[in-house]
Parts: sequence; structure tokens; C-alpha cells
Amino acid sequence: MLSRTAENLYWLARYVERAEYLARTIDATLRVTALPAAYIGKTNEWDSALLTAGVAASFYQAYEEANEHNVVEYLSFSQNNPSSIRNCIEAARLNSRSVRTALTSEMWDTINSAWIELQAVWSKGTSTREDLAKFLRFVQETSLRFDGSAYRTMLRNDAYWFSRMGVHLERADNTARILDVKYHVLLPEEEHVGGPLDFYQWSSILRSVSALTAYHWVYRETLKPWLIADLLILNDTLPRSLASCYGNLVRNLDQIGVAYGRQGPAQRHARGIRNRLEHSNMNDIFQHGVHEFIQEFIADNSRLGEIITKQYLI
Amino acid sequence: MAVAFDEMNIPGGDLRPAYQELARWLKETPPEALEYRRQEAELLFRRIGITFAVYGDSESTERLIPFDVIPRIMSGKEWARLEKGLKQRVRALNMFLRDIYHGRDILRADIVPDDLIFQNPVFRPEMNGQQVPHDVYVHIAGIDIVRVDAEDFIVLEDNARTPSGVSYMLENREIMMRLFPDLFARHRVAPVERYPDELLAALRSVAPQSASGEPTVALLTPGVYNSAYYEHSFLADKLGIELVEGRDLVVKNNEVFMRTTEGLKRVDVIYRRVDDDFLDPLTFRPDSVLGVPGLMSAYAAGNITLANAVGTGIADDKAIYSYMPDIVKFYLGEEPILKNVPTWRCREPKDLAYVLDNLSELVVKEVHGSGGYGMLIGPAATKATIEAFRDKLKREPEGFIAQPTLALSTCPTCTASGLAPRHVDLRPFVLTGSKSTTIVPGGLTRVALKEGSLVVNSSQGGGTKDTWILDE
Repeated sequence: MLSRTAENLYWLARYVERAEYLARTIDATLRVTALPAAYIGKTNEWDSALLTAGVAASFYQAYEEANEHNVVEYLSFSQNNPSSIRNCIEAARLNSRSVRTALTSEMWDTINSAWIELQAVWSKGTSTREDLAKFLRFVQETSLRFDGSAYRTMLRNDAYWFSRMGVHLERADNTARILDVKYHVLLPEEEHVGGPLDFYQWSSILRSVSALTAYHWVYRETLKPWLIADLLILNDTLPRSLASCYGNLVRNLDQIGVAYGRQGPAQRHARGIRNRLEHSNMNDIFQHGVHEFIQEFIADNSRLGEIITKQYLI
Repeated sequence: MAVAFDEMNIPGGDLRPAYQELARWLKETPPEALEYRRQEAELLFRRIGITFAVYGDSESTERLIPFDVIPRIMSGKEWARLEKGLKQRVRALNMFLRDIYHGRDILRADIVPDDLIFQNPVFRPEMNGQQVPHDVYVHIAGIDIVRVDAEDFIVLEDNARTPSGVSYMLENREIMMRLFPDLFARHRVAPVERYPDELLAALRSVAPQSASGEPTVALLTPGVYNSAYYEHSFLADKLGIELVEGRDLVVKNNEVFMRTTEGLKRVDVIYRRVDDDFLDPLTFRPDSVLGVPGLMSAYAAGNITLANAVGTGIADDKAIYSYMPDIVKFYLGEEPILKNVPTWRCREPKDLAYVLDNLSELVVKEVHGSGGYGMLIGPAATKATIEAFRDKLKREPEGFIAQPTLALSTCPTCTASGLAPRHVDLRPFVLTGSKSTTIVPGGLTRVALKEGSLVVNSSQGGGTKDTWILDE
């Protein structure tokens, strides 16, 4: 297939995944900030939402204060923020248009009708909490529909694998970022561990990666920072965990390798990251520092993105 | 201006035979039902994303072409005559191009004046002596046809460069079949769906000799911002070929390759929807980012077929148009089956004088214009516009031709106040491969939606209709 087509499919999937993640982050933050101050402590949750989205620096160039109004505006609707939900959806539609021939009609229809629907939101904005909630739900549903259409309608060939790689690479990045921003509330040696304050922080983390229910199923335990980190980093049964993302990335890259009859640096690099995750346990990770571990992972993950681009997309 | 020919009604109250069943159906169908279907059609178009862009229109970069749900119907007999005329015309166009870029018999015979060719910006000296496979230059032609009476088909314009609109012909039919299955059950409408197959076969048949047994065809688009981008992606999809942009192609050793995830892959035939000027920055406009550097040298080396060929603009130029009847006679020794609109060549002093005296009754067109831009429609223009045009005309008479205002035929069309006659034209698509010339029965009917308007161009508020050829 054309390199440009593969590139568009890969980025299309990334944009949709990113839009969903942003919607989840805003959703979870709204929930936590609605609690009485005694339950969440003094941290500015809106500031940490910006950090998880990786756009804090550019935000503060345009705004003074990270409050609900400004942050929701910047993450959802701003045209100046290249990774706002709005720009993700616009970019996804543009990518879809350039690779229409490689998309199934169901996938095109999902993106195109979401884009049409959201034109009204862009022009009118969301004046009430209810409107905002509806909008955030719509974005998440669009991503689910897109993912579902891809899963149910695409041929299992390179087009599908490149698209899946976009999903998993973006997803791994998102999960790692939220962990990185919140790692301090997961640290066992912190003084206030176990208080009600952390409980809401912890559940907020899980909510933003839609893993709250999963946690209870997997561990049948009350929320514990150790286990939350284990779930999000090492548990490969959770689709948004780093381990699961890398299991999938390695699989997709192998499938491409087999189809094309040769492997390359992308396959080797992805396997290296997966092996490291497979041979880690939470004990070591905490010993060496969660922050360092995740920082390293984020760098490795974006390095894989560069290698894939060089090997296949240009 | 004469009374327009009504394709449905015969003066005096009778119906033309092709429209009888439609009239019966219309009588049985309540107006609300039609309106409901019309809205449904619009929704479908928007969801499928069948849009086009209007240049210079910042408000909405993507617009729908209005679709009228009442089909335009022609009898099989009428079509047979039109088809014969179209094939004749396109054969002549191809022979003319072959001649212009080789022996130039027609210039020596003084049928067409030299300067109209050599001083014409769309003449491509790069094509002199260049062999093109099977001498086919115009693989895809869109010939714009109008009717003014029951007998004649008149060619308004030949489109021999990168004619567009065929996706509408195909999608209009799909949508009509979805919305009006009962109406189809009552007619025998000749199908159009084999167009993509015929196009692919035609393109493959003209592959260069150096191509492998299974030639690779690709469609070259200027990209998503082009007004016809939807059509490009639609056709690539239907043909099962790659939709490429200039940056996807690379020329090495005079061969053309596309960049794929598995490395470079040779391309043999390019169905290009990029204008000559932008094809190759090394040969034509150096600022073009839409093209492929080196493409013209691969073309000269005979390793790639471009469809349509480079330089076909010289055949559909409005200045050449008026010579078409003579061109047909010259190459084929036959009387042209399709008529031309009588045309005054403003470059000739006698014609210019006539045009200047009769501006308020004529349509004056720029020789190199297209899409309905830059033309004067005398009867509809204000005095001031006419005077401004008169100055332009005097300054540069060779840039213009003039024609009488034709009373284009009308078809019943949905309007705010119910069904009413509106003016239409027709663009059938003529495909020429190595062995044969084919035309799917029908084409794109464009309709001027405003009452009395004669401008059918989509960029100027025209709409489209499904075109039915009845199989009797």
C-alpha cells in the first residue's frame, strides 16, 4: 500500500484515540472537582489535566489560570491547541478524506457523521454542564464506534495493522502520561496514604482509562496504589495497560513483517520494550522510581513511533 | 429568444412517449412524498460526503451539488443517434491531436489557421513527435450536449482535458434506485454501473510496451483540497487502483514508481486529474507541488501512459471549437452527426463587428475560460456590464468567441412552488481504449435551478439529475 495511505490510517487512529482520552480526562476531572474540597486536597486538578494531556506549557502562554472554564475550552474546543478534541476530530476527518479508499464505509460514516454533528457544537459551544457531558459522551462513543467498525469491517491486512498500531501507540502514551502526572499519589511512602483524599484521586485515574470496574474484577480489593500501578503498567488483560498495548504492537508489527516478508528496526524495538515490561514487577519499579520508569517508557514509545515512520510511512 | 424545447410535453397537451410512465407516476405520488424523498437524498449525499469545493468561497469549503429527484428521460432511439455522433466526434478529436503533434496536414490544408495552434498557450511543443500508445490522446472525453428541438443534438463544448462529473452520474443512479425502486420497476432503464470497469479496461489497454502483463494503473489527484477530490477518491475506489498525489510518485531511470510500505512499485498508466501545467515542475510550472519531477521525461521515454495525454487542450479550446465541423469532415470524410452552436470568432473583424453590434443578444465566452466563469450572457446582463465587456472585447478580440443565446431544452424539476420546467444540458462520458470507443448510456444531466437561468455549472448554482435512457 502507499506509504501515505499507511501514514494517514495510522494517524487517523491516533487522533480518534486521543480525542477519546481527552474526553475521559475532562470527564474524570469534572467528577473529582465536584467533590467538597476536603476530599481532594489542595492540588489543582485542572492543572494536572493539562499535564496529562501534555499541553500545559502552551496553555499558560494563552491563559493565566487553570480553571474549569479555561481548561475545558482549551482541551475541547480551542483551535490554537493542536491536540484539542476539536482539532483531533478535524484532523481525523481530513485524514479520512485522504484515505477514503482504504477505509470501509462504516469507518468513514462514523468519522464523517461525527464531524457533521460536531459542527453545531463548535459554533454554539456547550453552555451548560449537561451540554458538556453530552459532548464528552458523544466523543467517547464516536471512538468506540470507530474502533468497532474497524474491528468488524476491515480486511485483516496491512491497512488494519497500521491502523491498530496507531491506536496502541497513542493509548500507551496516554496511559503512561496519566501515570506520570499522578505517580506521586501512588507512591506508598507518602504520608496521607489511604485517606479519603487519595481514594478519589485513585478512582479518578482509573476512570480516565475506563478501568475502575476492571480493577475490582481483577483484584477483588479496595483501591490500593500498588495494585493500580500494577494494573495499568503490567497487567496485560487490561486493554489500556502498557503491557497490553505492547503485546498488540508487537503482534501487529509481526503480522506486517510476515506479510511483507521482512522485519526491521521497528519489530526489534517493539519487542525490546515488550520484553522489559514482561520481565518487570512492581517491586522493582517502585525501587527504581516510578517516575523514571515511566519517563523512560514515554521516550521509548515515541522512539518507536519515529522508527515506524521511517521504516514504513515515508 | 425562441421558446425552449420541452422534453416532456408536446405543445398542445400531449406527452412525449418517453415521459408517459413518469407522468402517470407523478400523478399518483403526493407532493409531500417527493419532498420527503428529496430531503432523504440530500442526507445521503452529505453522509457519503459527495461534496465539491467552490474556489474563493471561504464560508463553506465543502458544498453539496443540489440533486433533483425527477429523472431526465431519453428514448433508446434518440440515444442511439447521439451515441453515434459522440463516437464520431471523439474519433475526430483524437485524429486531430495526432495530426497537430505530428504531420499537421490540417494546417497545410488551411482548414485551421496556424496561429490558433502555435500561439495558443494550451499547445504543448513538448508533444511534437511524441508517440502515444495506439494514438489515443483523449481516453476520457466529456462532451457537453444541449437540445433545442426534437431533432438535433448540439455540442456546446468538448472537454478533452480532465472532464469531471462522472461520479455524479453513478451516485445519482445509486441514490435514485434506493429512493424510487417502484419507479424503476415501471421503466426499463439502461444501467450505467459498468462505467468503472470500462474505464479500467480502456486505461489498461493503452499501457506502454515496457509494462508488465498486468499493468499498474493509478489515479493522480491534486489532493483533498481540489474541488473534484470526492470524485477522484470515488473512482479510485471503484476501479480498485491507488489514489496517488504527486508526492507519492518518484521517477527513477525514466520509470515512474509509487512509494509504498514495501518500497517502490512501478506505475504504468496514470489516470491524471491534474492539469498539464502542474504535472511536472521540471517541464511546466516550476512552482507546482502537485506534480512529479521528471514525469515528462519518463513520458517521452515511453515508460508511462498519461490519460488524457498532455496537450489535449488544443482540441477542446473554445477557439478551435468553431472549426470542429470542418475537422470532422477533414479526417473522417463524413458529415458531422452532432451540430455545433453557430459561433462568431471575434478574432475575425467581420465577426467582431457583428458581435459588438449585438452584445445584448449574445453569449460571449473567454476562449480559455471554463466553469462558466468570465462569460457574458447578453440578455441577462445590465447595460453597465455589457459596456464593460465591450471594452474588454475591443482590447483583446482574439480572446473571445460569441454565440447566440440558445433556448436550452427544459425538463420538469422540483421547485419551491411544485414541478416546473428548468433548462438542462447533458455531459456523456466517452471512453477510448486501444480497440474501441464506448459510452455508457446516459451521462450527467445538469440543470439550472433558477427560473429562466441558462447556467447549469455547479459553481454557479446548477444542480444535477439522473439521466435515463430507456431500453425499448
